Amino acid sequence: MKLIGLSGSQVGSKTRTAMNEAIKKVNERYPDIETDVIDLAEYSMLFSDGRHYLDYEGDTGYVTQQLMAADAVIIGMPIFQASIPGALKNVFDLLPVDAFRDKTVSMLVTAGSPKHYLVADLQLKPILSYMKAQIVQTYVFIEEKDFHQKEIINTDVLDRLDRLAEDTVVLSQTFEQIRENQYDF
Amino acid sequence: MKQYRIHPENGLEFGIYTLGDHLPDPHTGERISAQDRIHELIEYATLAEQAGLDFFSVGESHQEYFATQAHTVVLSAIAQATNRIKIGSSSTIISTSDPVRVYENFATIDLISKGRTELVAGRASRIGLFDLLGYNVRDYEALYEEKFDLLRQINEQENINWEGEFRASLKNAKVLPRPAEGSLPIWRAVGGTPASAMKAGYAGVPMFMAHLGGSSDRFKQTVDAYREAARAGGHDPAELPVATAGFFYAAETTQQALKDLYPHINEGMKRTNGGGFPKQLFAQGAEPHNIMNTGSPQEIIEKILHQHEVFGHQRYIAQIDFGGMPMDKIRKNIELIGDTILPVVKKYTAQK
Repeated sequence: MKLIGLSGSQVGSKTRTAMNEAIKKVNERYPDIETDVIDLAEYSMLFSDGRHYLDYEGDTGYVTQQLMAADAVIIGMPIFQASIPGALKNVFDLLPVDAFRDKTVSMLVTAGSPKHYLVADLQLKPILSYMKAQIVQTYVFIEEKDFHQKEIINTDVLDRLDRLAEDTVVLSQTFEQIRENQYDF
Repeated sequence: MKQYRIHPENGLEFGIYTLGDHLPDPHTGERISAQDRIHELIEYATLAEQAGLDFFSVGESHQEYFATQAHTVVLSAIAQATNRIKIGSSSTIISTSDPVRVYENFATIDLISKGRTELVAGRASRIGLFDLLGYNVRDYEALYEEKFDLLRQINEQENINWEGEFRASLKNAKVLPRPAEGSLPIWRAVGGTPASAMKAGYAGVPMFMAHLGGSSDRFKQTVDAYREAARAGGHDPAELPVATAGFFYAAETTQQALKDLYPHINEGMKRTNGGGFPKQLFAQGAEPHNIMNTGSPQEIIEKILHQHEVFGHQRYIAQIDFGGMPMDKIRKNIELIGDTILPVVKKYTAQK
């Protein structure tokens, strides 16, 4: 099984900090699972121009191919202008419509204000459903006050990230097993 | 229909197509050489002819895992190796070639085959060939429309005056040789969507509809949209042939067919398209109303007759060889078509 943490912003550090924490939890609980973090701040991505994802080169081709090859993805994002970051939306636009078929996707969200709590429900989940992801319904919402000097200081958040890691892996592996038993070809 | 060499009184035409893919056999991991693969395709065409099939076509692809980049050269070898079967492309990427050269090639193959050659023009699903052949992918649509239109004009008139954006003007140009019967059947390749089919309809061009399976009701919308657009464009749909193209595999039982075929499709699509074929959709392909023709010979007969009832199409072409299918299985399938499936399909679809 391959799990990717996609840190979906080119700005700031909180999403990346939380993603590192989530991936650490996965690695501690499931040392056999191959994990990787893709932080969009570290790649120079082209805007989608409608071509097949395999026809992109460089960073754009690398990121799309890594995501397509994953079994599970934890998406991390800050909230920008009461919505998902453009950098993250561009990644979705680069992928085929059914890119998340047979993949489990979970979410963690960092925000400056608790008023943004429903943004993931209202704006991110519909995109993931359309792209055929199996969604871990509960996401981790983390506020500014839970961070200090690039560390998460709220142990409740750490516990929630731990549960997110477990939920993501359990859902992915369960679906995988059930799917394999459905057909004898 | 006669202009397109189609005779509905003989029943639904049954053909074979190959994309010319060159992939390992997933059961062994072995891949034959490109030389062997090309000879296999020529043999495949002669087998189809011997089994009494109507049509055999070869696709053009310029990406890795394909062997028929020069599909017209392969087609000319097939023209020489066969005597009766109609041959063609599936498809020719007209966007990235000069229509004059394409026409010269196909008219020549038509003369070699003594009037058996057809051309299906498509737009390419992958775009690597735009870089390879020196075209800008931003012109994807415009290139196709302009070049396809020029190709049709060349087919209709021996002397041509033409001006466009992507090619030097033609002033009273003679495009030679002319095909055996003066013109070639030229089809437009269409993906499954109604929007794409309507473009063929408005222009009054025969439609080749390729699909990866799905319910017949879904694709009926595409066929209906095509005929409606043809009518709106001032053409008589009754004079415009429709062909469908999709996966085919027959075995003793449905289960055996799915088991034999699935790894070829799944592994082959992973390599050529970057994503496998979902098992769920593949299993549904065996349903009676699904237009993927997998199952026992009897089930496939029922499926094809059902499709003919729903679409009223004139030709079906089967893709059997995708994903490193070994030659003995291809041979077995051609035998099943010729001996068991074809006679019944012809009998029940022939228009009195």
